[in-house]
Amino acid sequence: MRATLLLFSILSINALGHADWLNFRGPNGSGLGDGIKDLPTELTDESVAWKIPLPGRGLSSPLIVGDRLFLSAASGPEQRQLHLLCFDRRTGEPLWERKFLATGRTMSHKKTSVAAPTPASDGERIYAIFSSNDLFCVDLDGNLIWMRALTLDYPNASNSLGMASSPIVAGDTLIAQIENDSESFAAGFDLLTGENKWKLDRPNAANWSSPTLLQLNGEDVVAMQSSKGIVGIVPSTGSPLFELGDGAATIPSSVAAGDRIYIPSNGLTAFKVPPDGGEPTELWNESAQRPGTASPLVLGDKVYVINNAGVLNCANKETGERIWRIRLKGPFSGSPVAANSDYLYIFNEAGVGQLVDLRGEEGVVVSEIELGETILSTPSLSDGALYIRSDSHLWSFSTP
Amino acid sequence: MKPLTLLAAALCLNAPVHGAEPADWLTAFQEVGLEGEGNSAAAAAWGELTQYPADTIPQILDAMKGASPLAANWMRSAAGAILEREKKAGATIPTDEFRQFLLNRENAPGARFLAYEFLDEIASDSAATLVPGMLDDPSPPLRRIAVAQVIEEAKLIINDQDAASKLLRTALDAARDVDQINEIASLLREDLKQEVDLPTQFGFLMRWHLIAPFDNTGREGFDAVYAPETNVDLTATYQGKDEKEIRWESYSTSNDYGMVDFNQPFSPLKEVVGYAHTEFESSTERQVELRLGCKNAWKVWLNGELIFGREEYHRGIRIDQYVLPVMLKAGKNSILVKACQNEQEQDWTVQWEFQLRVCDSTGAAVLSDDRLPTPEPEQKGRRRSAE
Repeated sequence: MRATLLLFSILSINALGHADWLNFRGPNGSGLGDGIKDLPTELTDESVAWKIPLPGRGLSSPLIVGDRLFLSAASGPEQRQLHLLCFDRRTGEPLWERKFLATGRTMSHKKTSVAAPTPASDGERIYAIFSSNDLFCVDLDGNLIWMRALTLDYPNASNSLGMASSPIVAGDTLIAQIENDSESFAAGFDLLTGENKWKLDRPNAANWSSPTLLQLNGEDVVAMQSSKGIVGIVPSTGSPLFELGDGAATIPSSVAAGDRIYIPSNGLTAFKVPPDGGEPTELWNESAQRPGTASPLVLGDKVYVINNAGVLNCANKETGERIWRIRLKGPFSGSPVAANSDYLYIFNEAGVGQLVDLRGEEGVVVSEIELGETILSTPSLSDGALYIRSDSHLWSFSTP
Repeated sequence: MKPLTLLAAALCLNAPVHGAEPADWLTAFQEVGLEGEGNSAAAAAWGELTQYPADTIPQILDAMKGASPLAANWMRSAAGAILEREKKAGATIPTDEFRQFLLNRENAPGARFLAYEFLDEIASDSAATLVPGMLDDPSPPLRRIAVAQVIEEAKLIINDQDAASKLLRTALDAARDVDQINEIASLLREDLKQEVDLPTQFGFLMRWHLIAPFDNTGREGFDAVYAPETNVDLTATYQGKDEKEIRWESYSTSNDYGMVDFNQPFSPLKEVVGYAHTEFESSTERQVELRLGCKNAWKVWLNGELIFGREEYHRGIRIDQYVLPVMLKAGKNSILVKACQNEQEQDWTVQWEFQLRVCDSTGAAVLSDDRLPTPEPEQKGRRRSAE
């Protein structure tokens, strides 16, 4: 390897700090910011570090790259105005904004938004997709690198209820699931040009779940979920490695922990995937551990599921056996996140943030804050701060 | 200079390319295509173009005329980036040029709206003075701003019935957006107790011939080619689902939003296909848009040519859900709609219906030359909201 290339590689690796939050639910789509430090231990007025207005609605979560925070939004009479925003994550100061006009359909259920999918990043660029199937790539300074208008490319790929699947970067490929009743596909996009590296037909059925990353033999494998089940693929080629065909939910996403994957299927089903990507082995299935809209979370030796009644279930991740359950204030559209086994953070649709202390024999809600605005999104974490967006504001929480 | 040559030069020099003009970079945007074609050249052009000062913005706006939606987004974001940088730097912003660009109705509607947004951002007082003159503007988003202002004025004097009515009628004539038309109609009807002919306002097609049910068991009817797709003969009889003999029936709707409800004449059915046919008289050949709302799987033909189809069931319906640009021929135009009902049994899957209007690209109704008065509610059909 040439010295300059090696230097570039080292710099690129270093750019991906441990505190970065690069896609929906952070590292690997897990909701777990392993190694993120100094998160707030209470959610109170005093812990609000800053709050800023947003130019449009969205269900997408903020991305964190270094000291910058990136967020998408949509505005206008039919949400045709698409925004990609950058802020200083420490102060909330706006740094830049790029605006586009939707080229695809913007119809969605009133509850959701054209800015439902969370963008993704490789630490150098931001890849933002909207329900209109407009996909933009900018660098961290907002310089436009490429764009795709996927509804112009594939005219029937849309969902009248809205699209919501969030893309993810794996290696040198951006993977997005564009799945609906009429023209479903998944594609791997070149990070530098936006061109298709591969494109796969997917089941023609509405699907709002997001791809999840798992590691096999140190290599990334992307698990794509749909009503038919799960397909594990090689990110750079789309080649299938394994398939689980027993059906899966189309709203909450699977979560991976090493070579295990926890799938919202017939309740919750845990599989171990062999290192060679062969046929996975079912470890357990618990029909009572049925995720609602929120995706599951694996923390330490436990798996957490929030059902449609707002009940938080804690189970042994090896057996599925329930350890405890408590009722939270729901309902939830967003998913829980955590940085360690001490606390879990979740915001309900009414804008009530809840901090669950996980250290005792059972979980206890130790802190709550009413933000007074609809929140349908999932928080993001970075060293020293939690970020959450509502329909009209973006908040940063930190320890006072 | 060719975009690829510019790209190569930009990559080598990593600095503004000497001798290149903004027009050269704008060409790269015009050449972006489907599936990512031209992205690399466009990115290099974007990087170069956004180094230019704010007085380049009108040139970028000018290039948006005739640009594809993709190219327009490259240009829109470049103009925005220049303005953002120049504002931060405290540079002089050419607000007079934005104003002049906005006032020239020959410019691209989207670019003129962008000029308005820029002007409003820099000199909102100047932008505000232009709003009353935008009531008949060819740019729908500009017209929307002016309509909103008139609606607010009318609300303030709603107790002065004559004056409020005059303002609201002006607003109704000008409005193109569904939410504004509905708001105006609501004020006229509920506050001023006046009649509003919404179907004519929107241009919904109200009189049809319907035939059903053909078979859609297993959702196979969407791809099946039944007789009406090859020849519309309103006098013919066919063997429909379950070997039932079926024939075309005359149908009209009085629904405010032109809803054509197959469940009315045929009773609620499942796993069936229905067709609706009508004719539209145009004195000239002209470009229009067929705008469809439908929560069933559907196909639309104009003069025997399939325009578009979509196999999605019960995910929602709204006015202008699908916009289908078409060319009408002079004389009678045949419009055929196929609407498929599936097997779902939930109460929100009962609907087997569609709404279709003809309008220009701004959303203004285009009426058939032989359009009849809107059917009265008691004649046939029912009056209910489609929103």
